[in-house]
Amino acid sequence: MYRYTDFDAAFVAERNRQFRAQVERRIDGSLTEDEFKPLRLMNGLYLQLHAYMLRVAIPYGTLNSAQMRQLAYLAERWDKGYGHFTTRQNIQFNWPALRDVPDMLDALAEVGMHAIQTSGNTIRNVTADHFAGAAADEIADPRPVAELLRQSSTDHPEFQFLPRKFKIAVTGAPNDRAVTAAHDLALRIVTRDGEIGYQVLVGGGLGRTPMIGKVIAAFVPQADLLPYVEAVVSVWNLLGRRDNKYKSRIKITVHEHGIDEIRRLVEARFAETRAAFDGTDLALFDEIRAAFAPPALTEAPTEAFDRAYAADPVFRSWADTNLSAHRAPGHAIVQVSLKAHGATPGDATAAQMRVLADIAERFGHDELRISHEQNVILPHIRKADLPEIHAILKPNGLATANIGLISDIIACPGMDYCALATARSIPIAQQIATRFDELKLEHEIGELKIKISGCINACGHHHVGHIGILGLDRAGVENYQITLGGDHTETASLGDRTGPGFSAEEIIPAIERLVEAYLAHRSSPEESFLESYRRLGMAPFKEALYGAADGKNARAA
Amino acid sequence: MPRRFTPKVVTANALLEGDVVYLTARDAWSRKLSEAEILTDEAHAQLRLVEASRRQDEVVGVYLADMDAGPDGPEPVHFREEFRRTGPSNYAHGKQADL
Repeated sequence: MYRYTDFDAAFVAERNRQFRAQVERRIDGSLTEDEFKPLRLMNGLYLQLHAYMLRVAIPYGTLNSAQMRQLAYLAERWDKGYGHFTTRQNIQFNWPALRDVPDMLDALAEVGMHAIQTSGNTIRNVTADHFAGAAADEIADPRPVAELLRQSSTDHPEFQFLPRKFKIAVTGAPNDRAVTAAHDLALRIVTRDGEIGYQVLVGGGLGRTPMIGKVIAAFVPQADLLPYVEAVVSVWNLLGRRDNKYKSRIKITVHEHGIDEIRRLVEARFAETRAAFDGTDLALFDEIRAAFAPPALTEAPTEAFDRAYAADPVFRSWADTNLSAHRAPGHAIVQVSLKAHGATPGDATAAQMRVLADIAERFGHDELRISHEQNVILPHIRKADLPEIHAILKPNGLATANIGLISDIIACPGMDYCALATARSIPIAQQIATRFDELKLEHEIGELKIKISGCINACGHHHVGHIGILGLDRAGVENYQITLGGDHTETASLGDRTGPGFSAEEIIPAIERLVEAYLAHRSSPEESFLESYRRLGMAPFKEALYGAADGKNARAA
Repeated sequence: MPRRFTPKVVTANALLEGDVVYLTARDAWSRKLSEAEILTDEAHAQLRLVEASRRQDEVVGVYLADMDAGPDGPEPVHFREEFRRTGPSNYAHGKQADL
């Protein structure tokens, strides 16, 4: 993986030194909060409901074991012993004290990490497919271009005061695991006549006005990529609305001007940006790509795996649910669930982080990934080692066999932590997971993605959940709206609202009725919830939620 | 007839720790809602808010929160203030553990 150069290390050190001085000036009263707030946000520091929150970037979700151990150290030393992995592949610490944050940033810099541009109206952490470099279906590893974009966008003088935040995602595989269509800008690696290039989408996003990204360019060659991305951001930077924060994202700009007009403006701007690039970016890209050279994977016998698979039903269930196809024979991609039934989605204790770091170091070429689905991935594991790894994960609460199932829920922090939230998300996720574990139904139900957001900003990706849940404040009471049929993959679609929302007490039974309806109506056990919904439409699910169409069900709020 | 004024407390987050604090009648910041000064007069509440907002070296994000005047002091009207007074519901962290 990419290692910081001396330039990177010096840049982060200088930035940390500046921020330490800014914190001191805030504490001694020479900076007001109005002056300090944009500075702390540029360095990932929020003030939330109960405390400050530090959001640390995990570029393209990739970590090595030393970095994971350092996150564990931060959790123990300056937080309450855990961290929260987010839907943008970052980690958040929920309880730091202001005075400690400069020390936390210095500790992160020791392992090549930082919190720069994890907030504010800048280009945010670039996310990527969490199976990058390992997936069997991959055209090329998306992380080199994500790293190129990270370097280009960090402290980019033109893009420090954008109309609003700007999120980029990259996938190198046709099966989209990075929710690219829901990003301000998405890059999908494609080939044309044997040449690798990028399909570029713009104007995707969730939030209060959800939009699926539109293709602005079918094929941008590598040589043109950076100037093309700069042209897109540059056009939006001038055109994007600064009069109304709800209309400032590029999705609204694209919507208001139309994709054809935006394409025309971008192409005109591209003629200018392209001329400013002299090939330095390509030389840099080659260096970065070399740093992401795949590990040497040697084919090993899989008898140990086959024996455990045949003999141990717990291992078999975990292997069937949590493993994905690796491009190398005899290997697998392991998804470690951070969704033990009843636990907080995406939370890991310091002890769990160390266990994962140890496994990655011992068995996994020192690589870990964080998925936007808030799980941890061990991308390069020999199948022969899986029984031993499973045995290590199990006593540490990390062997839950539920990847992609109903209890593998995305949930934002919601009103348990977030100052913007209108309702809680975490307890709803905990209760759904606990309930379906009691029913012992989740493997029978099969693939079903529930995504929960605690406010309209949609950090929990509810619009693209097969079942989406949105927590709102209705006259001083938590109320949960349901959407159905969302899809976060290459066939992305936004969910449809079922109707009136449900109270915190009613929402779990409502989800249960939805699932019962699916089980009753599916054409076969192979037909997934999403497929059933697409075939049947809303009617049977609406009836399950609210009763027959003519009657008003008392349970509906 | 003028609308009845909902009682309020002045609340904010502490600058250094970031945790929730309430303004007491003695102009101190308390971690406990029960010690907050309950403001029942609109003009007085506005005055207390302005005074508290000047204390930038102690707190961040000062505002007036609606409360009911209970026998044991102010009680939150809205669930958000209940969470602020208590802490998160997934772990026994924050005020529910610290106070």
